[in-house]
Amino acid sequence: MALELIKGNIAIAEAAMRAGLISYFGYPITPQTELLEHLSARMPELGRAFVQAESELGAINMVYGAACTGLRTMTSSSSPGVSLMQEGLSYISGTELPVVIVDVVRGGPGLGNIAPSQADYTQLVHGGGHGEYHLIVLAPASVQEAVDLTGMAFDIAEKYRMVVCLLLDGSLGQMMEPVELPEFKPVRTTPPAWAVGSPDSKERVVMTSINIDPPTQERFNVKMMTRWQEVEKNEVRYKGYYLEDAEYVVVGFGTAGRIALSAVRAAREQGLKIGLLRPISLSPFPTKAVDELADRVKGFLVVEMSNGQMLDDITSIVARRVPVEFYGRMGGMVPYPDEIASAINDLVQGEHDVDVDARGKWLAKMRELVGTGE
Amino acid sequence: MTETDVKVVYKRPLGFTDRTTHYCPGCTHGVAHRLIAEVLEEMGELKNTIGVAPVGCAVFAYNYFNFDFVEAAHGRAPAMATGIKRTLPTKTVFTYQGDGDLASMGMGEIIAAAARGEQITVIFINNTNYGMTGGQMAPTTLPGQKTSSSPLGRDVETQGYPIRTAELLATLDGAAYVARRTLHDVRGIRLAKRAIRTAFEVQKQGLGFSMVELLSICPTNWGMNTENSRNWLAEHMLPYYPVGDYKVSTAVSEMKIGGN
Repeated sequence: MALELIKGNIAIAEAAMRAGLISYFGYPITPQTELLEHLSARMPELGRAFVQAESELGAINMVYGAACTGLRTMTSSSSPGVSLMQEGLSYISGTELPVVIVDVVRGGPGLGNIAPSQADYTQLVHGGGHGEYHLIVLAPASVQEAVDLTGMAFDIAEKYRMVVCLLLDGSLGQMMEPVELPEFKPVRTTPPAWAVGSPDSKERVVMTSINIDPPTQERFNVKMMTRWQEVEKNEVRYKGYYLEDAEYVVVGFGTAGRIALSAVRAAREQGLKIGLLRPISLSPFPTKAVDELADRVKGFLVVEMSNGQMLDDITSIVARRVPVEFYGRMGGMVPYPDEIASAINDLVQGEHDVDVDARGKWLAKMRELVGTGE
Repeated sequence: MTETDVKVVYKRPLGFTDRTTHYCPGCTHGVAHRLIAEVLEEMGELKNTIGVAPVGCAVFAYNYFNFDFVEAAHGRAPAMATGIKRTLPTKTVFTYQGDGDLASMGMGEIIAAAARGEQITVIFINNTNYGMTGGQMAPTTLPGQKTSSSPLGRDVETQGYPIRTAELLATLDGAAYVARRTLHDVRGIRLAKRAIRTAFEVQKQGLGFSMVELLSICPTNWGMNTENSRNWLAEHMLPYYPVGDYKVSTAVSEMKIGGN
């Protein structure tokens, strides 16, 4: 096993090439740009397509066209750019095409900043574009996991002919860690029979997201929803730490989950029975795992680098069986393990009120801690 | 009895499906479609072509052409065509776009594709209004022209000036062939076909981006019969949008077209 020290963005780019990426279209935006830069050199070296698009709108629509050939294509961006791509994600989903996108999330809203954030959870997990569709969203917590999920993302995208999004915060994109890269996979260069330009299709192929006849559109949406049920059955991924005897459970994904693990370990050293649930697939969400825990633990603490976008999902699953508390940092701020440890202590020693207004309590604390800038 | 040689001089092009179009009576979309189908048939490219349909009246163009087609989001056809062409460089890839799609919503995409010298062909229909949504003002609407969203006539003080797309794209080095033709009379249609042939040949020979702008009539939304529409085009559009070759790169001027 040969480990190499590689930056997250570059590791994902390299992993995508090794997974058989044949065309990439993107636009520079911090903190994602190294991914595009790396591919600008590597893709032409291997005779594959690289285009720096005129905008994220251009990039996602180039990906849309490339995906109509059924060959492996991707784009990457960061939050404001992903907002621009939402139009394309709706069209691509409505055309049932396999596409991989990477969102290296930064602080917002608006131009915000270039520091790490997880505040794109809502726009990726709960929509963003128009109409009824789902994205598969995967959230790595280390550079190695990002590499592994990148390869898997292409396979899943093709299995269901859906968009798979890697959601990682800016720190994972920028961080260097030792990783083992996969071997190069053979590259498919001939479109499959369902795609345009295929030598194997018996009739001409038309790829479109239009269903001008409402009953036809409804039937199509039923088909998409049915496929989503399959995805929910097969593609849920998460990692549990110290859950067997846990009395309280911290839930956090990506970097927040990783920092929370340090706090959980520290709590264990103090003799507190704390576990960690780290969702890897944010969509489909590990609903069953949370639901089962809610039957046997005394409370949850949700930790995010946002204002609690996943919190609402956890609250809805737990459904007032036990209290759900929240700790988050926003706007590009990253929590320290001590802050999460302190939130764990508050949970354990708290009033155990199932009707707790977790966000309100946290926000009051945040006003004390950082102020409102007024 | 003397034997007579029977020669077919007019038939349905092989590039067409056996389907009636949804276009309004008198509309020149049908003429433009036919010219593309004839050219691709003559070039032997029907099996090798992928079309990109726009949003607008031609949104269902893929129903009428008998080869692979994709349907783009509004204005994004040149980006989509770029994705297809870069992935499958040996295919002939073209977009078919109206003036709202190309010159308003998609101006960023068309300029960037032309500047990159993208090896695609663009067929651009200029009928000075948004046909599909019911005749609103387009970037190509002439000064003073009444539309459903410029009911008093386009006021250049508040609504600005029309865009001359062919002239604009011709300034870009990546554009190898940019021409404007008209579909309002037989001579114009014949010249339009030659320009479309040239544009596809430019792509086939890898010489760069090519676009043919086609001045078209929209009797329904203009509120005129076909004859008056053709006369209106000649009287009002031709002076503002002169037909001609706006960009012929050196390589294109030296290009040999097989079969002609």
